[in-house]
Amino acid sequence: MKLPALIITSLFLLSQTALASGIPEPRRMELLNLLKHDCGSCHGLSLKGGLGPALTPERLRGKPIDFLTATILYGRTGTPMPPWRPFLTDREAFWLAERIKEGVR
Amino acid sequence: MRVWLITFLYLMGFSPSLFADEWRGTGDLGVVVERADGSLQIIETTGNSLLGRIEGLGDLSHASAVFSRDERFAYLFGRDGGLTKVDILQRKVVARIIQSGNSIGGAISQDGKLVAVSNYEPGGVRVFDAETLEPVADIPATYGDGKQSKVVGLVDAPGNRFIFSLWDAGEIWVVEMNDPAKPLIRKFKNIGVQPYDALITPDGRYYIAGLYGEDGLALLDLWNLDQGPRRILGDYGKGEQKLPVYKMPHLEGWAIAGKRLFIPAVGQHQVLVVDTDNWQEIGRLDVHGQPVFVMARPDGRQVWVNFAFPNNDTLQIIDTQSLKLVKTLQPGKGVLHMEFEPRGEEVWVSVRDIDRLQVYDTDTFVRRAEWPVLKPSGIFLTSRAHRIGL
Repeated sequence: MKLPALIITSLFLLSQTALASGIPEPRRMELLNLLKHDCGSCHGLSLKGGLGPALTPERLRGKPIDFLTATILYGRTGTPMPPWRPFLTDREAFWLAERIKEGVR
Repeated sequence: MRVWLITFLYLMGFSPSLFADEWRGTGDLGVVVERADGSLQIIETTGNSLLGRIEGLGDLSHASAVFSRDERFAYLFGRDGGLTKVDILQRKVVARIIQSGNSIGGAISQDGKLVAVSNYEPGGVRVFDAETLEPVADIPATYGDGKQSKVVGLVDAPGNRFIFSLWDAGEIWVVEMNDPAKPLIRKFKNIGVQPYDALITPDGRYYIAGLYGEDGLALLDLWNLDQGPRRILGDYGKGEQKLPVYKMPHLEGWAIAGKRLFIPAVGQHQVLVVDTDNWQEIGRLDVHGQPVFVMARPDGRQVWVNFAFPNNDTLQIIDTQSLKLVKTLQPGKGVLHMEFEPRGEEVWVSVRDIDRLQVYDTDTFVRRAEWPVLKPSGIFLTSRAHRIGL
């Protein structure tokens, strides 16, 4: 990614932080259910890993939230990780990345 | 005093042994995994009811079970490496070990004496005494320069063998267990990229691994092992844009109906139909989404299909004679698994997001029963005890 694009993306994602709390509670519950059961079908229900890698805070320590958000939205080419953009807004993906970073029980 | 108390309890009908057995067989019983709670429901298929619950079985987010040949004990393989032996009649845990950090499935040997578990972490297969769960053999899935691969598609095969595939290494290993302390391992390399699951045909002759990382499947003829694995359906999907896959498909047991094999396409919303005489594709059926389980009714006349997110609220039924869709059902969000009763007149269905276990008549498609069960996933009936590869 070119530097200006990176800065714009970062600014955009930063602005999402403030907005993240704008996700209504019922939708948050849906997102957590999705994380647990649908992300969990590859990464494990407790995100400790399966066919896909573990998504624990320790393992993701070096990975910026933007990177995780982008991975959720666009998937990872060359791996089985699919893009979740059809089902999530940018803001929702960012919120999920935050939850994963801090650890979900 | 104590003798009197025991006699009193006995007369009252509290004899432990009588209470436990109730002079009941187990041929119509089964277990259902409650994936979020780490518990099992014991079910019976004669009256279609729940008999009771067993708790404290660890992380069952991806769990499966096999049965002892007397159909009394279930061996449950949990995600957290837990291997639990459950007495279905007494509804209690009789043995439990944590045998690895992260496991995916298991199998019971032809002679019923060994239980094998396939592990992601550390990658490999561990074998245990079916009676005691004492360790018998450790088979690390080592490849390349000493790396360990995640293991998938573990099945039992005639000749007291276990067969499995190495996800990271692209290998199939055939392990003969006649001397349990000294497994004889035969490795087949370069079978294809990322085998994600496998099945063995009901007669125990062919082991077929699905490939995620490339087109086609790897087929191993166990009657002619020296020929090695060969690629089938290699042209499938060539040049076509693959759709994203939101849940890995499974290849399990009885997807064979007559001479036709029905398998989930990967990255296409299709079921592939393969002629098992020559392993050529004879048709593709467009279906509702990415198929996960494609399972044949025991008589082979129907194939039932469930789907990956976001189409996982639906079941579709294929008539195997006309190769046409005959029914679409919408049991609810999160249809995770289905299991036919041994003669196929009814099928049990897990519907995760609405916390329901449902039973359907396979002729009329009428729902015969429905039970509240917490986040149900895998359903396993004891009749699996006498099927090769299940």
